[in-house]
Amino acid sequence: MTKIFETPLYPYERTKDQDAAEPVRHPVVVIGAGPIGLAAAIDLARHDVPVVILDENDKVSWGSRAICFAKRPLEILDRLGCGQEMVDMGVQWNLGKVFFGDRKVYDFNLLPEEGHHRPAFINLQQYYFEEYLVNRARVLEAEGKPINLRGGSKVTAVDAKDDGVLMTVETPDGPYRIIADWVIACDGAGSPVRSMMGLDFVGRVFEDNFLIADVVMEAGFPTERWFWFDPPFNKGQSALLHKQPDNVWRIDLQLGWDIDKEKEKKPENVIPRLKAMLGEDAKFELEWVSIYTFQCRRMEKFRHGRVIFAGDAAHQVSPFGARGANSGLQDTDNLIWKLKLVMEGKVPETLLDSYDAERVHAADENILNSSRSTDFITPKSDQSRIFRDAVLDLAEHFEFARPIVNSGRLSVPATYDGSPLNGPDVDEMPRRTRPGAPAVDAPVGNGWLLSRLGDRFQLMTIDAEAPDRIDVSGIEVERLELSAKDDPSGALAERYLGDAQAGIYLMRPDQHVAARWTKFNEAELRSAVNTATGRI
Amino acid sequence: MSELTLKANIDRPDDFYADLLAAHEGLSKAESDALNARLIFVLANQIGDREVLRQALAAAKQAMHRDPARS
Repeated sequence: MTKIFETPLYPYERTKDQDAAEPVRHPVVVIGAGPIGLAAAIDLARHDVPVVILDENDKVSWGSRAICFAKRPLEILDRLGCGQEMVDMGVQWNLGKVFFGDRKVYDFNLLPEEGHHRPAFINLQQYYFEEYLVNRARVLEAEGKPINLRGGSKVTAVDAKDDGVLMTVETPDGPYRIIADWVIACDGAGSPVRSMMGLDFVGRVFEDNFLIADVVMEAGFPTERWFWFDPPFNKGQSALLHKQPDNVWRIDLQLGWDIDKEKEKKPENVIPRLKAMLGEDAKFELEWVSIYTFQCRRMEKFRHGRVIFAGDAAHQVSPFGARGANSGLQDTDNLIWKLKLVMEGKVPETLLDSYDAERVHAADENILNSSRSTDFITPKSDQSRIFRDAVLDLAEHFEFARPIVNSGRLSVPATYDGSPLNGPDVDEMPRRTRPGAPAVDAPVGNGWLLSRLGDRFQLMTIDAEAPDRIDVSGIEVERLELSAKDDPSGALAERYLGDAQAGIYLMRPDQHVAARWTKFNEAELRSAVNTATGRI
Repeated sequence: MSELTLKANIDRPDDFYADLLAAHEGLSKAESDALNARLIFVLANQIGDREVLRQALAAAKQAMHRDPARS
């Protein structure tokens, strides 16, 4: 059977740009058709912003790669129109076990909070994730949306000028040139665009190798995340077992620093390691094997004039905590509405600098969390190993030590505290929905709050009066009228009102809170919209 | 805000000291190191207050710098 990641999904096709005498100009070019580039392009096309995506390949990612997708990215995908497929296919999980040496030290249940449409996490192979995004792009294209995915098209030169970006694109028919008003570089951790522009990418290198093996097996293991510290089958190192759809299991084995990568990758060396873990009699088939090292680093700035970096191209973290693809999707979620407003000439170009401020803040949070997980999983000194082992020994007996065990702090969205776009706050309202925070889902009527938010500025009123529509110098703010009574479970009131009787929230197009009040004041609203769009 | 106590606060300190030695009796260096580490986490959890813990770490570090034999 040919696997999805072996099938060309967007094979090279000649375009009329290649026959033009002069480089053809496009409003936006996205470089890289991975999860982040596809999400960016889909978001643009949905808003009728013409977009060309260039990728040197024509297939989805090889091997499962990113496998754990968190709630916030699923909510973003809902807005893009393809969250349901992901959730239907994905494996949901809440339970996990932590082992130390040859013993289980504890079980856990993530116990996700009630009153959210989407689960806390799903496991889904990156190739499915990308396939669904490609399908979504094709549907948009068929509906006449301006999205053009060009496979077999490798960007080999980038000349970023003040008024546009000139690129050379290598194809099977030879090179051609195009110009873009804006470029979004989503070309991965090794970003050729970043290198061609001579930009920095600094941070911390972790001296360790990890073997990833995805195996297909009919196994009796439950749908749980199992993590081993110093297991008998991988002495002194760590191991992870996690389930994906189609009976594919992710196995992650720490190997240490001084190893021969090519040798370790050979099936005759991988299979005995897996048998030591799964049992001599385990029947499995290797789907994908890879050895990776990792780094925690980011670009100093994500925006360089008309070239804007997103996803791994802009920041890289260790895989513990699933913060790579998950944070990349939040990058484009943050960027696209801003870029659209700038392109429409409704707001100053400097609004794009808030992308930098907000997403650098998020990247730093992700780097901090994933570095700390890495320090716990792979102690760097004798003393840090003593502390780590002490926590694990205590965790077996006492509940208090379990929160200190760190086998990855799973991705949660950043709150943009201190963002220049944030407006007024109200003390008696809940902290979790303060300005800068992503909207928290809640049941509303027969549906969900988040399905009614996004893609435009909205004034969400809960038991408060406000006009249905307000135009703020070309930016229309639409009212979403709600009442605490819309949610008998009380979650809406608990999440948005707290001790207040009524609430007025200015929501951004990316479903983040811009400002909030307890009653409507037109002057304050206008000022908050101007602040949230970089006009002030 | 809570403040770290650096005044004598242990009831019958000689007894506590003896208990501490007794707990380590017969242990190897590695076992003692591990016991100390577990003890730190148990005590830290009892304190809980991050500010007090921060002050405790600072006090312990400060005492190290004052040791003339090692400076």
